[in-house]
Amino acid sequence: MLETKNLMLSIRDLHVSVDGKPILSGLSLDLPAGEVHAVMGPNGAGKSTLSYVLAGRQGYEVTGGQVLFEGEDLLALGPSERAARGVFLSFQYPVEIPGVPALTFLRTALNAQRKARGEAEMGAPEFLRRVREQAAALRIDFEMLRRPLNVGFSGGEKKRMEILQMAALGPRLAILDETDSGLDIDALRIVAEDVNALRGPDRSMLVITHYQRLLDYIRPDRVHVLAEGRIVASGGPELALELEREGYAKYGQEAA
Amino acid sequence: MAAAKQTIEHVASLDRYKHGFVTEIDQEFAPKGLNEGVVRYISEQKAEPAWMLEWRLAAFARWQAMEEPAWARVRFPRIDYQDSYYYAAPKKGGGPKSLDEVDPELLKTYEKLGIPLKEQAVLAGVEGAPRYAVDAVFDSVSVLTTFKKELAEAGVIFCSMSEAIREHGDLVRQYLGSVVPVSDNYFACLNSAVFSDGSFVYVPPGVRCPMELSTYFRINAAESGQFERTLIIADRGAYVSYLEGCTAPMRDENQLHAAVVELVALEDAEIKYSTVQNWYPGDAEGRGGIYNFVTKRADCRGDRSKVSWTQVETGSAITWKYPSCILRGEGSQGEFYSIAITNHRQQADTGTKMIHLGAGTRSRIISKGISAGRSSNTYRGLVSAHPKAIGARNFTQCDSLLIGKHSAAHTTPYIEARNAHARFEHEATTTRLSEEQLFYVMQRGLSQEEAVQLLVNGFVKDVLQELPMEFAVEAQKLVAISLEGSVG
Repeated sequence: MLETKNLMLSIRDLHVSVDGKPILSGLSLDLPAGEVHAVMGPNGAGKSTLSYVLAGRQGYEVTGGQVLFEGEDLLALGPSERAARGVFLSFQYPVEIPGVPALTFLRTALNAQRKARGEAEMGAPEFLRRVREQAAALRIDFEMLRRPLNVGFSGGEKKRMEILQMAALGPRLAILDETDSGLDIDALRIVAEDVNALRGPDRSMLVITHYQRLLDYIRPDRVHVLAEGRIVASGGPELALELEREGYAKYGQEAA
Repeated sequence: MAAAKQTIEHVASLDRYKHGFVTEIDQEFAPKGLNEGVVRYISEQKAEPAWMLEWRLAAFARWQAMEEPAWARVRFPRIDYQDSYYYAAPKKGGGPKSLDEVDPELLKTYEKLGIPLKEQAVLAGVEGAPRYAVDAVFDSVSVLTTFKKELAEAGVIFCSMSEAIREHGDLVRQYLGSVVPVSDNYFACLNSAVFSDGSFVYVPPGVRCPMELSTYFRINAAESGQFERTLIIADRGAYVSYLEGCTAPMRDENQLHAAVVELVALEDAEIKYSTVQNWYPGDAEGRGGIYNFVTKRADCRGDRSKVSWTQVETGSAITWKYPSCILRGEGSQGEFYSIAITNHRQQADTGTKMIHLGAGTRSRIISKGISAGRSSNTYRGLVSAHPKAIGARNFTQCDSLLIGKHSAAHTTPYIEARNAHARFEHEATTTRLSEEQLFYVMQRGLSQEEAVQLLVNGFVKDVLQELPMEFAVEAQKLVAISLEGSVG
């Protein structure tokens, strides 16, 4: 860990239970600004729990430890407050929102965040111009944004819509929860390219995945292995390849 | 989550019913209770002709022999019909007059409610702003009707029912009770005996009514019921769009509102009737609130006539209401678009009846029920095709949304096809507002209340877009207010 780097996210000895059952037990992880870190691990290791607890979902009880986001106690904030400060979660299973066009949803979300930050709301013309550009950059058909969000979208379309939302909301920390799940290899490549286009010096990403294949396209700065509720190993991108070859067996859990 | 919880607690502590104030004004009442003397008193107060009194007395005699219906999925203690006032009127009232003569307290009331009674004020507004004429009914009487002169120039009659009985007796006599017969049902029969005021509209042949018409009903007096009667006639080729709104003070007792609305559409005529019903719903524990037992029916009497009902039902402790269309004319059309929201302990049993009598008749039903808290929300509908209704078509879409774990939604559709050439389609869904959806939306930056609002607005969108533009925005706000504090 380089002490000189600005830490975007610092997780210290985090313990989390769901329905009284411990899922995370002493997880620590540092994510410097501008870096992309991968968290890999077998099924049931607590990967999704980590993403939900960072985003503030109900039912995930923090029993110990702390999480600092740009120096602020993240766990004291509600989900919408975390969003306004720049925490974005790309969902493993994006939710359908019937009757609400994607454009309306995005503009409502963007302006709710801006309002919470004390910024002026963005007017319709500027919003439309920006989203048009962002959709074009991600090669998403703008007409799709007039449809109710995620309703009837394919798995690939839903994931790309998550990335477009990320582009439109411009978060400081993006958590990508199993973004590769349910995608064929072509869709995976497209989504990964979209994600790469959004990398930048002011944005950190936590890429949570079971398989190494996503990391062929999104090259992480560091790789962490999550097993039995904590980070058991950290290393460079080569760690992902090693896991691919040898599985998670040596970390005490079967590869699933 | 602490902050989100705080927000919810704050919102829950807000006074969610914004129209619950009482106007301090001298009123005169009929003696408490219900008997022939009270029926005569009401008729006398309104200086009605003899035929009207006879009509009322006949209705009263029928009502005494009838039983209160018990088939709706609603529960409430027995109503003591003798423990209520059947007529309450502001002392200076008595009939529509010019704005200068209306009691300033009343004007303040409508100002507080946001109802424009000053024509100039409306005219002086932004250029191109929508204008609409208002008939303001306060307890048992109409206190003012605006834009009467301008409407009269177009040949449109828009006045209180009391005035119509005096001034347009022939029209009233021809149509009153022709859609909802006196003894149609218990509450309609009661209304026929004691109805107080309401609106009367007549649009002559070929006339397109130059502005939206609306009636604003306000219950103010304690221990009183409101029994309004509305009659709208669109003559051949005429068009009219009409909206009613309603509010009442917050009181611990239950108050009865038993209205009758009759619509008649002759050949090629079209009537669009919208309701934003926001009677006091009672408190969170179910104390107080209005019993809204209403009979609304349209007769598409002429060929190719069309009637469209749109309702946003958010108020009342109990709602019992089925705006219906009798599709008598060949090729006539009926539509019903409904949003019914219940929260806390509210109960609603509402829907529509589409009675296809004529050949080639068509109907469309879109119903969106939302139940939150410990409320119960029932859709009850009938679609029937009679032997002569060859080629009749209906499409019904009936969706229910549950919020929380203790609310209930029921759907009771009846379908009767008595000829082989009718085509009926029925789609229904019931979904629960999920924690997953709420979290998704909140993760994008919306507070819990804003998230519920966004999801609910998506759910009711198909119906909101049927409302006249200027009321759709109001209705959207009302939907949000009604569901405040519904997610804990």
